[in-house]
Amino acid sequence: MSAPAGVAERLTSLVAALRAHGVRVGTGETVDAAQAMEALGLADRERLREGLAATLLHGTAQRPVFDPVFDLYFPRAVGGPGSQPADRDELRDRLAAALADDDAALLARLAAEAVDGFGGYGSSPASDGWSSHQALDRLRPQTLLARVRDDVRARGGGSGFADRLLEDEIRRRIESFRRMVGAEARRRVAERRGRDEIARRAVAPTADRVDFLFAGRDRLAELRRTVQPLARKLATRLAARRRRAARGSIDLRRTLRGSLSTGGVPMRPVLRRRRPARPELVLLCDVSGSVSGFSDFTMLLVQALHDQFSKVRVFAFVNRIDEVTPLLAHGAADPEGLGARIRSEATLTGWHGSSDYGVALGEFAERHGDAVGPRTTVFVLGDARTNMSDPNLPAVRQLAERARRVYWLNPEARAQWGTGDSAAPDYADLVEMFECRNARQLSALVGRLLPV
Amino acid sequence: MRLEGGLRTTAERYDRVPADLEAPLLFTSVDDVSARLAETGYLASPAVATTVFLADRLGKPLLVEGPAGVGKTELAKAVAEVARARLVRLQCYEGVDESRALYEWNHAKQLLRISAGRDESWDEARTDIFSEEFLLSRPLLTAIRGDEPKVLLIDETDKADVEVEGLLLEVLSDFQVTVPELGTISATRRPFVVLTSNASRELSEALRRRCLFLHIGFPEEELERRIVRLRVPGLDATLAESVVRVVGALRAMDLRKVPSVAETIDWARTLLALGADTLDETVVRDTLGVLLKHQDDVLKAGAKLDLGSL
Repeated sequence: MSAPAGVAERLTSLVAALRAHGVRVGTGETVDAAQAMEALGLADRERLREGLAATLLHGTAQRPVFDPVFDLYFPRAVGGPGSQPADRDELRDRLAAALADDDAALLARLAAEAVDGFGGYGSSPASDGWSSHQALDRLRPQTLLARVRDDVRARGGGSGFADRLLEDEIRRRIESFRRMVGAEARRRVAERRGRDEIARRAVAPTADRVDFLFAGRDRLAELRRTVQPLARKLATRLAARRRRAARGSIDLRRTLRGSLSTGGVPMRPVLRRRRPARPELVLLCDVSGSVSGFSDFTMLLVQALHDQFSKVRVFAFVNRIDEVTPLLAHGAADPEGLGARIRSEATLTGWHGSSDYGVALGEFAERHGDAVGPRTTVFVLGDARTNMSDPNLPAVRQLAERARRVYWLNPEARAQWGTGDSAAPDYADLVEMFECRNARQLSALVGRLLPV
Repeated sequence: MRLEGGLRTTAERYDRVPADLEAPLLFTSVDDVSARLAETGYLASPAVATTVFLADRLGKPLLVEGPAGVGKTELAKAVAEVARARLVRLQCYEGVDESRALYEWNHAKQLLRISAGRDESWDEARTDIFSEEFLLSRPLLTAIRGDEPKVLLIDETDKADVEVEGLLLEVLSDFQVTVPELGTISATRRPFVVLTSNASRELSEALRRRCLFLHIGFPEEELERRIVRLRVPGLDATLAESVVRVVGALRAMDLRKVPSVAETIDWARTLLALGADTLDETVVRDTLGVLLKHQDDVLKAGAKLDLGSL
């Protein structure tokens, strides 16, 4: 290897940081990456980035982790931008011009200047640092929108139809500038605090590993976009399972009867044929504030899979239960608004607004008991935190007796079950309960548990 | 390649591991990749050019993922054209198997041979009917036989069953195929391998490990403009710019199926055919169906772009 020793060390620590984020990189890939570095040279940073991504990664979902880590281990520059700290208005002027031109290279340079000029805080070497939040707060790039728009219009002379897209385009440019500032601040902090630590803490995990219970708005939006591809994947997995199941086991009676024509030697085994009945699915979802992100995502996923089943019925509850299947069917076009619409259009709360599993499950058994039959698989989604009220175990027992299968997906970590007001262990005695904290676990469970 | 001799000698002949698989490199640098692909009409993004260069340099298969219509298959065709290589294509589908992907014995010809040869021993006949002459080579075997340069395109790998991936592993890691009756056939010249996938199924980790991974997403605005200008030469420059901007705006919306590069080009062609020289509400409204394939997408995009009633 002709690469200098420092580079090899840097590559291996990059790989270690990726592994810490759950990207599985083997030694073989690391060697490939080193060969790629040798072939590409270190002159062009973007080429190096693509080369390392091609050799180290195995999927698109890993890229959002890779890019920030790469920026930390192979930074664009060392130290500050080297120019005089500009004053705020002058920097805003130049930023507006760069946004109007959509000049990415200049924007990156301005991001570095912004962090250098306005992001620093603290004065003692032990407590100082760089804050993208502070830099953006001082610079306020979002307030440049109107100015940049007028600027572009003045130059282009309001160019017809595409003009109406201009605002959104500028908004996207500003958003990408904000991300550049974030990356730059991370880099500067890493210089001071040590790369490994920042790579571990400041790089967000892939969306499918984020806990449903702690995911922010944008993370949930990101997850929602993965529903369709995920559903497609699960559908093929289900189809494969169905095919295997359809091949079935040997029908001994018919094989023996067939063997009579060959003198009792079973030449042709006859397989048991399954009746092609598509199973029914019933979903009971807790949509109270604490777990709504999880329920919304799962509802969308099941809705996307609806053509795999003869019937899907979805019920939502907080402390009263109501059927939301039609809302969901229409909601596929507008996933963001789904949760809000369910909460406003269905009767989910009675006297108070906190969830009560006992009452809701009792009401389900009473009013919608006919939804569950011997061909139905029931999924209950919720954290089983019933706010100290009666968990109504008989209703769950009755449900488990009537349905073909009942599964409970709990978005809390297993260690939390039974703490505080959680009735999870009581329910887990009656029905199978699974921990389902993130999209990765959910897709594994759905692929395994859904009936075929 | 002619083969004489019995079974054992054939196997020995093939069991030799090739001492030197170093095919002459196709490209000298990343810039060389971009320039020569551009000559064939394929405008590569820096990511694509870098990865193709590495695939050539490291001699590894290239796994290309991305949405439909961004030019995954086109990339393989362009590389074949640049390398003046024969493009061998294996189109995967559910149920594709060994006999379609790898090789098959020509049973009819074997039967003919048996009935034609009268006075010879069983051993002679047996060794003869399992020789190269009766082997029908399918794409994977075709790609590793012979000395001419080849590009092997395994299209829509995710459509094939999981078992087929196992079949691919031997071919992709060692560039060899084992035929039980003949022995192991190794490549004398390594083909440039491109696998494409729409990610409708997660490919196995074992397969991914053997490949360089490339995700082709939607191109940057500037690149897409150049692609449109190249593919639809008659289109006015400002109109091309507007087309790309509208498509970019549609991609930012949360649609069921966002328009891809192929749709952008189709739309540009449609506009050219209609003789539109600028975009306005009526033109966009009437031609939105070229870009969007679902009715609810059309409605949603219409609302967001203020197209009035549809």
